[in-house]
Amino acid sequence: MSAPPGRFAQHVASLPPRPSEHTVDEALAHPSLATLPTLLSHDAQGSLERMAQQAREVTLQRFGRAVRLFAPLYVSNACLSSCTYCGFSKELAVTRRTLTVEQVVDEAQSLAQQGFRHILLVSGEHRIEVSKDYLVDCVEALRPVFPSISIETQTWSDDTYARLVDAGLEGVVHYQETYDRDRYGEVHRAGWKRDYDRRLASTERAAEAGVRRLGIGALLGLSADWRADVQAVAEHALWLQRTYWRTEVSVSLPRIKPSASGFQPVAAVSDADYVQAMAALRLVAPEVGIVLSTREPAVLRDGLARIAVTTMSAGSSTEPGGYLSPGEAQEQFAVSDERSPAEVAAMLEAAGYEPVWKDAFALR
Amino acid sequence: MTDPLVIAGRRFSSRLLVGTGKFRSHEVMRQALLASGSEIVTVALRRVDLTRVGEGDVLDFVPPAMTLLPNTSGAVDADEAVRLARLGRAATSADWVKLEVTPDPRTLAPDPIETLKAAERLVAEGFVVLPYCPADPVLCRHLEEAGCATVMPLGSWIGSNRGLRTRDAIEVIVSQSGVPVVVDAGLGVPSDASEAMEIGADAVLVNTAIAVADDPVLMAQAFALATQAGRLGFRAGRGAVLESAEASSPLTGFLT
Repeated sequence: MSAPPGRFAQHVASLPPRPSEHTVDEALAHPSLATLPTLLSHDAQGSLERMAQQAREVTLQRFGRAVRLFAPLYVSNACLSSCTYCGFSKELAVTRRTLTVEQVVDEAQSLAQQGFRHILLVSGEHRIEVSKDYLVDCVEALRPVFPSISIETQTWSDDTYARLVDAGLEGVVHYQETYDRDRYGEVHRAGWKRDYDRRLASTERAAEAGVRRLGIGALLGLSADWRADVQAVAEHALWLQRTYWRTEVSVSLPRIKPSASGFQPVAAVSDADYVQAMAALRLVAPEVGIVLSTREPAVLRDGLARIAVTTMSAGSSTEPGGYLSPGEAQEQFAVSDERSPAEVAAMLEAAGYEPVWKDAFALR
Repeated sequence: MTDPLVIAGRRFSSRLLVGTGKFRSHEVMRQALLASGSEIVTVALRRVDLTRVGEGDVLDFVPPAMTLLPNTSGAVDADEAVRLARLGRAATSADWVKLEVTPDPRTLAPDPIETLKAAERLVAEGFVVLPYCPADPVLCRHLEEAGCATVMPLGSWIGSNRGLRTRDAIEVIVSQSGVPVVVDAGLGVPSDASEAMEIGADAVLVNTAIAVADDPVLMAQAFALATQAGRLGFRAGRGAVLESAEASSPLTGFLT
């Protein structure tokens, strides 16, 4: 049975159609959800440099000359969901591994030694192997070393978020992947993740449980209209900010990468398109954090850090256990930027930004 | 020292307080702090990594002669602010704290209710409390009665560089306050600092405007001079503002 639509889904359903009849100049002068379609349009490509300059100003004003660094820690690739684009998908015959809590701590220590104080625990969707109790144990074990702990796991409908917050969890990341319901149904074939409304409302449940930082996102290339997904994620981010005003909201726009799934993107998102999407998002949502992972190549990451990005991962492995014993399990996707955290930090410094390793305090 | 700024019995010759966020590097920050001539510097405890002090932490770049004012940035309620202040005192042995309680990450607007609650508790624990607060005259009275060492009303939204948008309220706060009034947040250009000082603020706190300037060191000097100029202008006592021109050679002078 499907979950009932959450508050954001109801909000979207109540919106009147928004015809966009703005010129690019008008849209740049008045960036908003109403003018975002223009900012994302082909027509605006000719003004990309201007848009990037404007986005840079907004980013500097709000976030200063500083970029926050974090590391993902893959705790498990066990998965009960079947998603056609993902290297962890249930039906793929890949090597599975779930770390013990002790192994999670060992991996985390190696990240702490490289400087990280913000950590994101990532897993496939397996509520037995990656259970509520397991996650609570992980958070409690990591709390002494990491002032900021977030999770990117399956969605939860019980008291899991509240228990994790009690244990010291700061952030929850759930990407909707695509906001196009029909396309969502095609690529999410089975498992919890198949339920569009359950997934969309999970961010609301997390906010209501007291999670301080929410991450949302769309996987560009999954649906034919990547612009519609960027528009939807902007709409979602601003709605979350308005509705859960105590919560810090960040957005990520990963592009599909090669994985064991063999999935091919159905829309090409060029580098120029990508920069345009990031700059437009920044103009429309000045206070929203923008996260960029090592999926993207170094040259693009370096450029986007100067325009719109406020948070970056570095030196990432997408395989459970991949920091201390790489090659023993399937990775989720191939990373592009293989520089070490120290090298990424040095790049930021050279570009005139302070790499911020710690921007939080222990909540418990 | 002529015309010192006195906070909790301590005397300072500079009336410019500075912050440490948003700089491109710790070294640029250090140079800007020195150029500011400031004697009080605020540091976000959430940015301090005690495991790294001595190895390039932000605290290692604060000039030793400056008075460290740890702040509770990131705290969303009184409980968190109090806990952070205690951690800060344990870590830095400074019992001064800049109290910041900002539950809304979008505006970072200070929460008047939780700020007052936290101030009362911290004063009782022996802290010297400098609270960042809305520019509200009655709230400032409450904070003073709670035993705060200053009040720090905002000039405009933090980080906004919008200038002294709360001028009318600041004038009232200045006129009533028994503790130093430090205008904190939103001052974007040196003339904003002058304006705050001219209307009688005892000091200003500037961070973003210096940190994100193309040349933070030069901007720090500019704010130092502007703060001094504004203070001198206030002490000198300005002439009355008139609706129409008043000739310096009166037309009716022949009558005497």
